[in-house]
Amino acid sequence: MAQKTQWKIGGEAGFGILSSGQVFAKACTRGGLNVFGYVEYPSLIRGGHNTCQTTISEGKVRSQIRQVDVLVALNKETITLHLDELSLGAAIIYDPDKTAATNEELKRDVRLFPVPFSKIAMEAAGQELMSNNVSIGATIAVYDYDIDLLLSVIKEQYLKKGEDIISKNLNSARAGYEYVKKNFPEPFKYRLAKAKKQASRMLFSGNEALGTGAIAAGCKFYSGYPMTPTSSLLHFMAGNEKKYGLIVKQAEDEIAVVNMAIGASHAGARAMCATSGGGFCLMTEGYGLAGMTETPLVIVLGMRGGPSTGLPTWTEQADLKFALNASHGEFPRVVFAPGDMEELFYWAAKAHNIADKYQTPVILMTDKHLAESHASVEKLDQEKITVERSQIVPDNTQNYLRYKLTDIGVSPRALPGQPGNIFVANSDEHDERGISTEEKAMRMQMFDKRMRKLAHITKDIEPPALYGPKRAEITIIGWGSTKGAILDAIGGLSEQGIKANFLHIISASPLHSEAIAKALKGRKPKLMVELNSTAQMAGVIREHTGIDIPNRLLKYDGRPIYPEEVIQKVRQVLNR
Amino acid sequence: MTINPQSLNSGVFPNWCPGCGDFAIFASIKQMLVKLETPIENNFFVYGIGCHGHMVNFMKTYGFEGLHGRPIPVAEGAKLVNKSLNVIVVSGDGDTYGEGMSHLMHIMRRNFDITVFVHDNMVYGLTLGQGSPTAQCGFKSRSTPEGLIDHPVNPIALAIAGGATFVARGFAGDPVHLQNLMLEAVKHKGFSIVDIFQPCVTFNHINTYQWFREKVYKLEESGHNPSDKMEALRKAFQQDKLPIGIFYREETEKTYEEQTATQVPLLSEQLKTDIKDILESMR
Repeated sequence: MAQKTQWKIGGEAGFGILSSGQVFAKACTRGGLNVFGYVEYPSLIRGGHNTCQTTISEGKVRSQIRQVDVLVALNKETITLHLDELSLGAAIIYDPDKTAATNEELKRDVRLFPVPFSKIAMEAAGQELMSNNVSIGATIAVYDYDIDLLLSVIKEQYLKKGEDIISKNLNSARAGYEYVKKNFPEPFKYRLAKAKKQASRMLFSGNEALGTGAIAAGCKFYSGYPMTPTSSLLHFMAGNEKKYGLIVKQAEDEIAVVNMAIGASHAGARAMCATSGGGFCLMTEGYGLAGMTETPLVIVLGMRGGPSTGLPTWTEQADLKFALNASHGEFPRVVFAPGDMEELFYWAAKAHNIADKYQTPVILMTDKHLAESHASVEKLDQEKITVERSQIVPDNTQNYLRYKLTDIGVSPRALPGQPGNIFVANSDEHDERGISTEEKAMRMQMFDKRMRKLAHITKDIEPPALYGPKRAEITIIGWGSTKGAILDAIGGLSEQGIKANFLHIISASPLHSEAIAKALKGRKPKLMVELNSTAQMAGVIREHTGIDIPNRLLKYDGRPIYPEEVIQKVRQVLNR
Repeated sequence: MTINPQSLNSGVFPNWCPGCGDFAIFASIKQMLVKLETPIENNFFVYGIGCHGHMVNFMKTYGFEGLHGRPIPVAEGAKLVNKSLNVIVVSGDGDTYGEGMSHLMHIMRRNFDITVFVHDNMVYGLTLGQGSPTAQCGFKSRSTPEGLIDHPVNPIALAIAGGATFVARGFAGDPVHLQNLMLEAVKHKGFSIVDIFQPCVTFNHINTYQWFREKVYKLEESGHNPSDKMEALRKAFQQDKLPIGIFYREETEKTYEEQTATQVPLLSEQLKTDIKDILESMR
């Protein structure tokens, strides 16, 4: 099969674009192939233009790419909007009854596959709604891929919906497949084949991976308020509420969300809540309350385009400095930004461990691109997940002090309900018992106790990873979700004879400034890649290391970074 | 451990102004806990911010002083994960009817088995006497030198309309009556609120002990039937005289937390969770 190919489906919201993309991606994953699926949609329920693109390869694939080899157009607009993304000889699968298309009109070397989606759907299932299934079946035929894999996925997808729905979906997909096989027997230039080496892969969205890691680590309380891109995390947690004995609460606003999670954690459950920038604005006072009362808490901050309502369904990395400085006053700020599905799984568990062990809130940052994309994942090893926490004192502990001053800044916990350990937690500055104080010596001691945690947390987490050759012509620096595109770009650059490596920062605070300074020392060119306009992480690095990174690839149009853009920028910086 | 009012003192002496209604409310809460006969460790108090919130330092029970306006969601979170806790919110009129009004409206429609005691003195005492959401129209303070234009919130009417299943009003000037109300409220299965007239002797020279004494009367002595919702609402709007006692009480089948997942394992128990079923479903 081709080294890498990309399929894209486009149409109006309500056409089932995302579910089609996921079904196709899963069929590829089951064949031992790697996929990365990226979805674009406007903030609308019906109408507008939606797309899902799936990059497929037998080797590793970590990001969406520009070039499209197969375009499924559920409406005319899809062809117009994405024509210039098509590779030479790319396929357009479309419904000739809805959309007229000719090579002359398109002025492109493309191969047209007119497939009457609606008509076939009506014949096979009696419902025009099944058009997307027809188009996926047609896709399998165009790629000469295995139809049984698709049918098995569809069958499982609708298992709970009953025989009638299952057979309608299966019949429409099969009919689309057969129509192409019969009418377009000449092979298409790109083919998909099951991988020779079969691997048992899974397909995860970012939010699913994050939620799974949190559940594995014993998260038992989740509160949220619907907001893109974390609504699907709320759905995932709610979907697992019964099975895993979780409490999932949709609250009246994000202020209630964060305060409920604090109450739950204080009472003894591992707690997490999630939101996006606007909701996090409302949470900031509660975030500080968790810091002051030393309440473990994981807050997921899924970024989207800001400021204000901004670009609700698009991606951005512009909340880094906000997260690092959120809430008034000073307390240990812990901010992690994992870069892919695997990292989201392990770091969600780690965030809970750090929060619990150090009795402090942790912000876990994602963005729309990471949270809502889906990718094949080799293995999520739950054996690697441990549960680490601070001491809970036994009942009736003599002279118990909840906020006892200690060397590492962490004091033994007790839970309300335990006999004989009565204490109070206090948003006012307090003494070792939790009693309010404004006395200056105790203020300093208690403040320093809280702040001491940060140095210990630094030692507890891995410094940033350097990917690619140790000796390189250029070092690219990024954080969070740009990881996939940058890794794919250094692979591409290597094929072009350019040696680049990549420093990926997950922990924005505490920042491993020594490790970063070491990786960036010397006069070798460096390139900062970020999805914001002011190079926020470059600023943070400069603040902590004194190192300036003048070369920057900054993007804030709501779209994720593409490997091609990174490659182009690297060539420009190196003048090659 | 046997509870007596002294055993509920933390050892920190209350620093409220002499004559403050908070003393009587504090004493009534302690008396209520003695009569309740629940093991002391089962009580979890969540406080707001204001003069009342200082009680966190004086009372020896499990306690959490949160943010201004936000004690209710903290209480809900704790109750959801540990249903055996007797969760009581102690807050003020600024907390409950100003900053945190939305939380009050939502907890009422949820019927959590949580009790809210509101210290209602009609002023922001701790910030030197501005009118609170329950201040009377025309109330003069440094922030409203020409007199307040806003009309006051009617907490009793809001609570009845909002779905609270136990709605009462007490008066700090009648602590024995107040204790009994508090006990009834805490014993009530479902959400209960007691709005408490609490004269602020420093900043509110209108709504004084004397002023309240002349206006209040006891609902139970007037033949009021607390199961009659419409009559309760009528009483809530009475202005010439101010009723205290139980306005409205409704028996309910199930509380909110009884309808959520089973008891959550707390931190002291096994946490690591086998997620192989999720992994399988993603293949």
